[in-house]
Amino acid sequence: MSLTVLSAGPLTLLQDDGRPGLAAQGVGPSGAFDRRSLRQARVLVGDGDRPTAVLEVLGGGLEVRADAAHVVAVTGAVGPLHVDATPVDHGRPLRLRVGQVLRVGPFAAGLRGYVAVAGGLAVPPTLGSRSADVLARLGPPTLGDGDVLPTGPSGEPPTGPPVPHLLTPGITTVDVVLGPRDDWFTPGAVATLLGTGWTVSDRSDRIGVRLDGPALPRAVDGELASEPVVRGSVQVTSAGLPVVLGPDHPVTGGYPVVGVVTAAGVDRLAQVRPGETVRFRRHVLH
Amino acid sequence: MRVLACGEDAVLLDCADLDDARRRHASLVGHPDVTEAVLGARTVLLRGHPATLRALARSTPPSDDVAPRDAREHVVPVRYDGPDLAEVARHTGLGEDAVVAAHTGTSWTVAFGGFAPGFAYLVGGDPRLVVPRRATPRPTVPAGAVGLAGEFSGIYPRASPGGWQLLGTTDVALFDLDRTPAALLAPGDTVRFTVADRDVLAPDDADPGPHRHGQRGGEGS
Repeated sequence: MSLTVLSAGPLTLLQDDGRPGLAAQGVGPSGAFDRRSLRQARVLVGDGDRPTAVLEVLGGGLEVRADAAHVVAVTGAVGPLHVDATPVDHGRPLRLRVGQVLRVGPFAAGLRGYVAVAGGLAVPPTLGSRSADVLARLGPPTLGDGDVLPTGPSGEPPTGPPVPHLLTPGITTVDVVLGPRDDWFTPGAVATLLGTGWTVSDRSDRIGVRLDGPALPRAVDGELASEPVVRGSVQVTSAGLPVVLGPDHPVTGGYPVVGVVTAAGVDRLAQVRPGETVRFRRHVLH
Repeated sequence: MRVLACGEDAVLLDCADLDDARRRHASLVGHPDVTEAVLGARTVLLRGHPATLRALARSTPPSDDVAPRDAREHVVPVRYDGPDLAEVARHTGLGEDAVVAAHTGTSWTVAFGGFAPGFAYLVGGDPRLVVPRRATPRPTVPAGAVGLAGEFSGIYPRASPGGWQLLGTTDVALFDLDRTPAALLAPGDTVRFTVADRDVLAPDDADPGPHRHGQRGGEGS
């Protein structure tokens, strides 16, 4: 049971739930950038209760051939989908017969698509996960043309309802909890953070989503001693610009973190394309 | 100590210094309400429910011990032929031999991890060895390179860019996926550097002393 990669596209990675809990060893969390779409894809192929690995497809352009009968599903970013020459639906289980090819076209909305296959992709795990960490260089290599991806045993045939895609065009708003280092910035800087439409830089990746806009002035000069950071941390670089840390972030950082984006917000940031606009909305914990 | 917000599922303890952070980490690591506890240079990240963690952190006194009970001692042989040995000698006013003597003369302690899998920030060395980072980082530092930066010493687990002042190289495997845990060094462990002797063989596994690490890669003790 396997899939053969006919075209890997610009950057396709295996991802699952990542490697939480290993920060003291210098190992970051990694895992799917848009976890909501990961969960949806698993449910559609009948693996909703299993931590299976899926493909995270940046920008589209993936073609895989079924070497046996397989059930697959595509969630996340939206673009033309075909099985052989037949258009098929996003967010539904798709049955591939032996030799049929799933073609994931260039995405028209969103940035990262998730392709699940029933049973999951069964490459050997690294430190308990099949996620590719592009910073730490752990886990399976970037997908290449001609790769053969073994699949695990699949369970019951899927019966779940189709998943609507919730990608909305225009400005993406994400919730942010201020701190831990918001007091390193002037009150005006925090107001600017919350009041600006930030432009996503094309230098963004799974390590961090870099944002262009007005510089955020600091109230405290000097260097911050290295401290642990989490997924969603909004680091402010020495140039005063925010970088929202993604799943492959380093485990410690020396730039002050003005706020931390919620888990749901990070899922949305995973889908924002370079040049699009992001706004922050203050979220207060109860 | 201040308890700082750190998103929906963590808090950050802002401590007086590294010693305070280590004592608080030691008192909280393993608590059932703490999913993960991670040390920084003077902070402790606690994962779990923020309101629960806030109350727990405020009601838990720092431990009397700075290091966890399972801390280990490591002996790391180094070939002191690094490209920055002369620069460190010049900056510190010590000769090259005195730099080596200072680096091997005291035990270092693992403060916290970071930068890369298996990398550990080592503190507590000879205070004369405090040197700045290189003005321009090297695009490639070899695996096993042993360096200094600020108050820290560290060992590059594998080839990577790096700005530390390089004193030499070790063959000890800092990160090995076939080992559990994969990282050799854990917070609280101590490291004693020695001058590598090319004739020294890998140590006997029955050695009851501190964990000695052979000079060849792939050792697994």
